[in-house]
Amino acid sequence: MNTKINIAGVEWKNPVTVASGTFGSGEEFSEYVDLNRLGAVTTKGVANVPWAGNPTPRVAEVYGGMMNAIGLQNPGVDVFCERDIPFLRKYDTKIIVNVCGHAPEEYLAVVERLADEPIDMMEINISCPNVNAGFLAFGQDARNVETLTAQIKKLAKQPVIMKLTPNVTDITEIARAAEAGGADAVSLINTLTGMKIDIHRRTFALANKTGGVSGPAIHPVAVRMVYQTAQAVKIPVIGMGGIATAEDAIEMILAGATAVAVGTANFADPQTAEKVVEGIEHYMEQYGIEDIHDLIGGVRE
Amino acid sequence: MKKKERAAVISQESLAAGIFSMWIRTDAAAEARPGQFISMYTEDGTKLLPRPISICEIDREGQALRVVYRVTGPDTGTEQFSRLGAGDGIWLVGPLGNGFPVEKAEEKRAFLMGGGIGVPPILELAKQMKCEKKQIVVGYRDEQTFLRDEFSRNGELYISTEDGSVGTKGNVMDAVRENHLDADIIYACGPTPMLRAIKDYAAGHGIECYISLEERMACGIGACLGCVCKSKEKDAHSNVHNKRVCKDGPVFLASEVEI
Repeated sequence: MNTKINIAGVEWKNPVTVASGTFGSGEEFSEYVDLNRLGAVTTKGVANVPWAGNPTPRVAEVYGGMMNAIGLQNPGVDVFCERDIPFLRKYDTKIIVNVCGHAPEEYLAVVERLADEPIDMMEINISCPNVNAGFLAFGQDARNVETLTAQIKKLAKQPVIMKLTPNVTDITEIARAAEAGGADAVSLINTLTGMKIDIHRRTFALANKTGGVSGPAIHPVAVRMVYQTAQAVKIPVIGMGGIATAEDAIEMILAGATAVAVGTANFADPQTAEKVVEGIEHYMEQYGIEDIHDLIGGVRE
Repeated sequence: MKKKERAAVISQESLAAGIFSMWIRTDAAAEARPGQFISMYTEDGTKLLPRPISICEIDREGQALRVVYRVTGPDTGTEQFSRLGAGDGIWLVGPLGNGFPVEKAEEKRAFLMGGGIGVPPILELAKQMKCEKKQIVVGYRDEQTFLRDEFSRNGELYISTEDGSVGTKGNVMDAVRENHLDADIIYACGPTPMLRAIKDYAAGHGIECYISLEERMACGIGACLGCVCKSKEKDAHSNVHNKRVCKDGPVFLASEVEI
């Protein structure tokens, strides 16, 4: 049975990674998950300098999921390179570093700093608010996405994944812009912007008022967007959004995802990602699937 | 490798209005320390996140933990826990967090202070503590002074109630003043206003003080950065002025954190 996939020349042993921000930099979860079992580990977003993030409360539970507004707290790329990359290098898994910034210069500074680090891929989080473009997040404007992707590709020595926000009218337009800018892959979906109000206190549940909704509740939205995007671009799609089981992951693969990421479900059971890997293998055995590629985009009309 | 464990409920009882006590047979008892917590999960697929619940008592030989918790409302995760009985299964991860540095109280006069649903973790702390003078100061809303008998067997007990029905009327600091109590070291768990008052008192009197903080959590194991508190100095792990309540805490030296 072959579960190996290849994205931009990087071979993963299986199509399962974790969604950025739900797995730290792997160290905390390594007590619960054999990181060697994962196709790749995707780290929490890292910026050029340390970010303190938002005030608390930063998380709230919602029906079938949760909301977060962590605010991309991170220790900055220097500490990340000294501490977190060497830790992950001890495991037989691919390393995908998620990169965040407020403005193009900040993204580019991180990409440049990572160029000679022993990492396998970079994922660019373009759903942060962008101070240069007013109130739109970077990833909500196709021209911005194409320009930034092209700038990053000039500096990057590793394959570049652009991570797309679902908070747009047409995600395929943004995906095509990333492809036009030279992205090696796109990953989607990031969280859906939401709001929760505590009716007893009559306050917002999150200090930030709004937050990103994730978890099983958003899975059908993610499957739809992965399907549409896979139809629209030729580069590989990494699917995520509410994957809690191997069945959810296979659904995403059938919709057109070459690989998948487990996110919020890591909080419901820290071993979820490993269980998804095992479950995909069982499914392939059950249906006599020799090669995972026979499932990618394999949904029948 | 650690994992989410299917533990077994040994017994459950109601101690006061909305306050439940559950004994659980679990591997987590082997290494648990006072002040640590366990992540408890519901059976309800619409409620994904663990509920962090502090450990009230540890029975190492019996491989059991006791949790005493408040039901936060109808149809909540805690309400679902309250319906479990002997023989039912419960998913949990733990023990988690750092716990109270109980050994630092040796040969000292200690305050062990709890307020509201911050009272339960003080019990195991009191049971394990060896010190010169063990002064347990616990605050409740009213006459429903749960765990009172257990406390009175494990130290000098002082009670405050908001409505004055038992002990000192007011909060735990009012009980300290009314009884003219002194300490060389303080351990406390409770609502933030109470912890703030204790932190100020300790700072004013130059007393070593450890406080257990509470914050909304998601992962419970230090990865998601949902439950941070402000730290006085730049934290070595976060590289900013934030510490993780679930992993670096929940117990902090009061002078290290800003609350």
